[in-house]
This record gives sequence, C-alpha cells and structure tokens, in this order.
Amino acid sequence: MPHSTSSLWESFNRGVPERGACLWASDSSIALSDLASGSALDSSLDAVRGRTVLVWASDQLAAGLALIEIDGLARRLVLCPPDLDPAHLPYVITTAEVDTIVTDWPTEMVRSFGVESIVRCERSIRSVLVERTPAHDTEWILFTSGTTGVPKMVVHTLSTLTGAIKRSGSLSGPVVWATFYDIRRYGGLQIFFRALLGGGSLVLSAPGEPPTAFLMRASRHVVTHITGTPSHWRRALMSSAARSASPAYVRLSGEIADQTVIDQLRATFPNANVAHAFASTEAGVAFEVTDGRAGFPTSFVGASVTGVDLKIENDTLRIRSSRTALRYLGNSTETLLDPEGFVDTGDVVEQRGERCYFIGRRGGIINVGGLKIHPEEVEAVINRHPDVRMSLVTARKNPITGAIVSADVVLTSDIERSLDSASVESTKSEILEACRGALPAHKVPATIRVVDSLQVSPSGKIGRRDA
Amino acid sequence: MAGSIRTTIISHFEQVAAEQRHKLASLTDDRPLMESGLDSLAFAVVVARLEDALGCDPFSASDDAAFPVTFGDFVQMYEKMHENAA
Repeated sequence: MPHSTSSLWESFNRGVPERGACLWASDSSIALSDLASGSALDSSLDAVRGRTVLVWASDQLAAGLALIEIDGLARRLVLCPPDLDPAHLPYVITTAEVDTIVTDWPTEMVRSFGVESIVRCERSIRSVLVERTPAHDTEWILFTSGTTGVPKMVVHTLSTLTGAIKRSGSLSGPVVWATFYDIRRYGGLQIFFRALLGGGSLVLSAPGEPPTAFLMRASRHVVTHITGTPSHWRRALMSSAARSASPAYVRLSGEIADQTVIDQLRATFPNANVAHAFASTEAGVAFEVTDGRAGFPTSFVGASVTGVDLKIENDTLRIRSSRTALRYLGNSTETLLDPEGFVDTGDVVEQRGERCYFIGRRGGIINVGGLKIHPEEVEAVINRHPDVRMSLVTARKNPITGAIVSADVVLTSDIERSLDSASVESTKSEILEACRGALPAHKVPATIRVVDSLQVSPSGKIGRRDA
Repeated sequence: MAGSIRTTIISHFEQVAAEQRHKLASLTDDRPLMESGLDSLAFAVVVARLEDALGCDPFSASDDAAFPVTFGDFVQMYEKMHENAA
C-alpha cells in the first residue's frame, strides 16, 4: 500500500521525545532518540524497504526497536509472538509471503527456513547514517491470541492499531508505562504504541519474571501507567510488595475483570484510576470502562461510542470500528467481518438492566446434564471470598451428568501459610456456601481443590483448555 | 475395609443431601436409589467426591457397568472395585 499515514518513527517524533523516552529491559535500556542517528539492524535499511519482513526475535527489546525501524519502510511486517513454535514458521512464511527475516536467533538456524534475506536485529543502537523517509503504509500481521495448532493471523495497519490512542497531556511529569504483556502481542503492542506516541518510556517485562518482581522493577522507574490481565494482577497482588508502586493509571484487559479484582486494585493503589478495557487482536480496542464497576453500561450497545459500534447477537458481543483487523490472512474459510462489518468477539455478554456483563467464552461452556455454565461466572463468585486470590473452574467428567463443575483455588499467601488442614477444609466449605447462596445448584462446584498456583498462559490469561 | 467404604459412602450421601437441602431417606440396602432423596445432580457430586475419597469411579472404570438400582448395589460396586484393586 502506498504511503499516506505517518510512520511509527514520525509519530514518535511528533510526541515529546525530548523528555528522554526510554525502553527499559531488566538488564539494559535504550534511549529511543538514538534511532535518529543510528540503527539496531545490522544492515542498511534498504534491506527491509518494500519487503515483507518477518520479525522473529528471542529478545523483546530487540524486537521493539526493529518494529520502529521497519514500519513505514516494509510493505508488510509479520510480528511473531515470543512463544511461536518454530515448527509453524514454514506455514507463516508461505502464507504471509515473507521474503526477509529480521532476527536475533543464530543465522545458521534461520537460514534453514529458506528465506534468502536475513537481517540481524540487536538490543543496542550503533551510530550510522539513517534515512527514515517512509514509503509504505506497512501492513501489520499479528497472531491471534490463544491459538493452538496452526497459527491464525490477522491484518492490521498502524492506523487500525493506534486508532484508540489519544494524545493526552494530563500528567504533569514524565509518563512511564509498564506492561506485564509482551509487546509482540496485541495487548502489549498497544502499550508500546501508547508509550511511543505519547513520548513516554516503557518498562518491558522479562521472560519468566514473576509479576511481583516486575512490579517492583517498574516502581523503581517511577511507573505511572501499568497494564495487565486480571490474572497478571491477581498474581502481582499476592505480595504486599505490590504497594511499592504508586501508579496514576492501572488498566485491566484480556480477561473478564470481575468486581473483586477491580476493588482490590483500587484498595492497593488508592491514587490510581483503575480502568478495564475491552480489546482483542481481531476486534481491536473497543472501549474502556472507568467507573470502577465490572461490566459496561448498556448504553454502549447500539450507540456509537467514540466511533465504535457494539451489538449483541446470539449472546456474543460484536464490534465494528476503524480499529478492528481488516481480515484473516491465508486461505481460512472463516471470515473476520460479517456483512455489516462487525467482528464477533466470541465473548458472551448478559444484559442486566443498565449494565452488561461478560459471562464467558462461547467455546468454554461446561454442560452439566444439559444445563450450561460459563466457568468465569463461577470463578467470579469464588473470587469474592476474602481468602481467595484466584480460581479456575473446569469441567470434570462425570458418569451421571456428563460433566460437573470442579474448582481449583489459590488462597491468598498470608492465609495459606497459617492454615492447617482443618481450616483449609472450613475455607472450602465457606466457598461452597457462598456459591450455593449465589448460584443455582448445577453451577456450584462439586469439588474444590486448594492448589499452590494456577497456570497462566504466555499471553497472561488463565490456562483454559479451550482458550 | 468393606465396612469403611460403606461408612464413607453414607457420609458423602449425608453431606451432599445436607448441602443441597435434600431430605435423605434411610439408606438401607434395599432402598432404591431413585427413592434415596438425591437427584441426579446430587448423585453426580457424590460420585465425584467418592472418586477423590476412595480413588476409584466404578462407573467409568467399566463400560458394561449396569447402573445400580438399590443403595446396596451402589455400595457393592465400590466394594468390588476396591477388592479388585487390592
């Protein structure tokens, strides 16, 4: 596509980079303004100009720098998530018609994929004369989250990806973003762009870094804006060290934000605006809810909220906006947009009066003797118990009803340490009692297990089999 | 051992009946399960918990397991399973 919008680099320079915007990794940092007279790529920018470039990096910082350099020059940029199974690369390369790989993996290994042009990306900037005049509205190819098996890719552009970002100058001091997400996935990429376009800095998470450790590192950089999934936050809040940060803005997205986690964040960060946002790789950023309550106002549906149209059809939320992806890439028989241009999010929404609530995923239903249950609605009740940090509700096979509801529960750390087995049993009884008070019998867990931890996927979502 | 299995089963019937506010009939061997006072959901819960407590689920263990008719049949299924495992 010929060039018509500003490139990432141009947009960054229109922000306020003079404040010394940095990318902070756990062990090094980069001043982004150094890219004005330098490059993190080992060859001339001509190597990516007009090309279809796969960015496949082991290092988040190196990948981030490469993105800034490639946007506006390449015809198409394919952004590999950090956990992409290399076995899928041949499919990705063929489907996206990749002719250039930008990577920090060993060149010999990358050569085996048969793409002739390989450019190395570094996590440092060397001084070199650079010419960054954009020539393309680069297509951004992103991988949808939660796919197992053959990856599913969608087509975005810089303008669909940054459509929700307002340049706000509400904070007087420097803006420092931090995100538990990796910036190579939609949620993290949003924050990367927010930092860049606003001239702010960004603290990057490190692979395998516990959420509490990340939060403490971010607080050393005087973080002002932090984002993550409810699962990220529940884990970060396990330690009182979370209070070392004093952000002005805390954002939840990627999973259902129940009232408990919102309340816990408001209590932990009394000076912060706690918001939850609805966004997905396919549907883009749809809306943000800032009133401190779970769900969203029913008035959002049908009305056009800042250029985003919402409708609920067959129980799921559908979104139409200039920020949705344009289409799936590849010969998928699935179409992304319905005839009216709406993306089906697959998220089941229930309207209760003036408020709409997310109930769960369409594919995640547990069927107990013909009655349907969304695990998330049960988890929301369990999570209200003061001793519970997080929970996962699953289907357990059953010879009588086909399946029954079973719950794994992580208790808050202080409680867990002080509990003998008798009090664990009484906590379990209290949880069951609370469920019986709030849910019909078939939704009440038949069994509860107390576990030390729950698996959280690389994208920060609690590990569900269907997700 | 056989006696303790029966005790375990009875205590789970009582527990689930209490939780789900069902009135449990007296659990004699000839009591038809349909008249025990538990509905199918409550049975499902009992079977799941017995699997955790006794380490076996005789319903899923064998394809041809006939569904027990009386409470006595039910207890026997678990006892047999336990003997075979021993």
